[in-house]
Amino acid sequence: MTNNKELTKVDLIFEKVEAKQVLKKAFEMTSEEIIRQVLESGLKGRGGAGFPTGLKWKYTAAEKDPEKYIVCNADEGEPGTFKDREILDRVAYKVYGGMVIAASAIGAKKGIVYLRGEYRFLLPKLLLELEQFHKMIKEIGYDFRINYCLGSGAYICGEESALFESIQGERGEPRNKPPYPTSSGVFFKPTSINNVETLVTAMMIVHHGPETYNRLGTKDSRGSKVFSVSGDTPTPGIFELELGMTVQQFVNEFGDGDTKAVQVGGASGFCVPRKKFASTIIGFEGVPTGGSMKLFNSSRSMYNVLHNYLEFFEEESCGQCTPCRVGCQQLLKGVEKVKKGEMKSTYLNELIKLADTMKIASKCGLGQSVGNAFRSIVENFREEIIY
Amino acid sequence: MYQVGNLVKELSDKHGRERASLMPILQGIVERHNYLTDEAMVEVAKELDISAAEVYGTASFYTFLDTSVRGKYVIRVCKTITCSMKGKNDILHILEDMLKIKVGETTSDRQFSLLETNCIGWCHKAPAILINEMPYTELTPEKVVEIIKDYMKK
Repeated sequence: MTNNKELTKVDLIFEKVEAKQVLKKAFEMTSEEIIRQVLESGLKGRGGAGFPTGLKWKYTAAEKDPEKYIVCNADEGEPGTFKDREILDRVAYKVYGGMVIAASAIGAKKGIVYLRGEYRFLLPKLLLELEQFHKMIKEIGYDFRINYCLGSGAYICGEESALFESIQGERGEPRNKPPYPTSSGVFFKPTSINNVETLVTAMMIVHHGPETYNRLGTKDSRGSKVFSVSGDTPTPGIFELELGMTVQQFVNEFGDGDTKAVQVGGASGFCVPRKKFASTIIGFEGVPTGGSMKLFNSSRSMYNVLHNYLEFFEEESCGQCTPCRVGCQQLLKGVEKVKKGEMKSTYLNELIKLADTMKIASKCGLGQSVGNAFRSIVENFREEIIY
Repeated sequence: MYQVGNLVKELSDKHGRERASLMPILQGIVERHNYLTDEAMVEVAKELDISAAEVYGTASFYTFLDTSVRGKYVIRVCKTITCSMKGKNDILHILEDMLKIKVGETTSDRQFSLLETNCIGWCHKAPAILINEMPYTELTPEKVVEIIKDYMKK
């Protein structure tokens, strides 16, 4: 048996708070104090990559440049993820609140929300709320302004450096790292870029105190997380759950009784087959996720799932680096050939090697993570891919 | 083809003439005219004092900044896994039947374009489509017929 937690619903992200009070409290705090609280809470980035938020703020705060930025990454494009849209729709003031707190911590006066083009319909409402928000923080004494930038339908712009390029009016092609955003981000200025949910969580940590948050979750995955649940489930939607549960517990709650696999973390995440449900923890000690949880029952062909993901990556690869551009095309062609019987099933082993090479040689997270889904689906559902 | 006229100037006055103004300007043109013509992109290049190749380079990177002719209503059908599992093909077929065009095409009266797109973030209410910026979710072929009929009357 694994030492896991029960499945517990949490109400933190959507909990109503008096924003002005929280921000007044934050206004009285020093940069060091805010960073210390966020570090103590154990909060890791909620966009998927899981970098400790407090550290990101600490590194950006340490930069000497007087011009710094806080960027909110609302370019939610991972297949199966829709929590950031819901958060912005329901509690945008808390997203803005998190940005002000982050800005105080790192010493920024400017904030940018990069909203994916697919969510443009939300913009008029979000701008109205922003106007009120600006008035409110001015009364407290903050010198901080937020602007919106819109995406135009490119998954890769969720990658932080591609997002900066896009804000700067360029093609959304990821940059070489280092330098990291904390020293050279948007407009090549020190930048802390955080996911929508991360910012809201940070505000709630200041509100409730880091100890309260730290009590939730496990050693490696502190706190709670908003999950986007879809696929073969009677209850699709948004659910905030404490971290540390197994896939089995998740399936017990959300499955339709016939779940054969769960894709954790979207197309760039991992496929967990039924036999591994009980031994796999959802979180950084097991399978990490930016929130995307897709359930598949036994009526689904995992070949179709894999094919769909590979088509997605082949289209969304920015094309800048060869391992990713050509790799995605060849993986897609490769599984099609095996399916048609044009190549022997052992060709799949060659394709896995290619996916591993992409992990090492690709420039950014897109190419590096194609192999996650590829390997976990091919290894666990080999027969479905071949026959 | 449309005449871009004063629009580029208006948008540049609003968003500025920096390189970072390029995206909002291009998005503004697409919002009005649904796609970018060569003429419009050259106009933007002049206004921002950058090369037309730079403008095209940025525009051609982004799926929503179309550089080929699009209708007044651009329909994007989500084809990513959950929508695909929950009946995306039925939605696509009824749209093709109603509009008498295939994916990637525009009706001859330039009213509708039919495209497929990657995940638009409505997996819990699949299948979903976008018509310009508006999402329509939990679709059935019947619902699609009603929605398109409404657009045809506009």
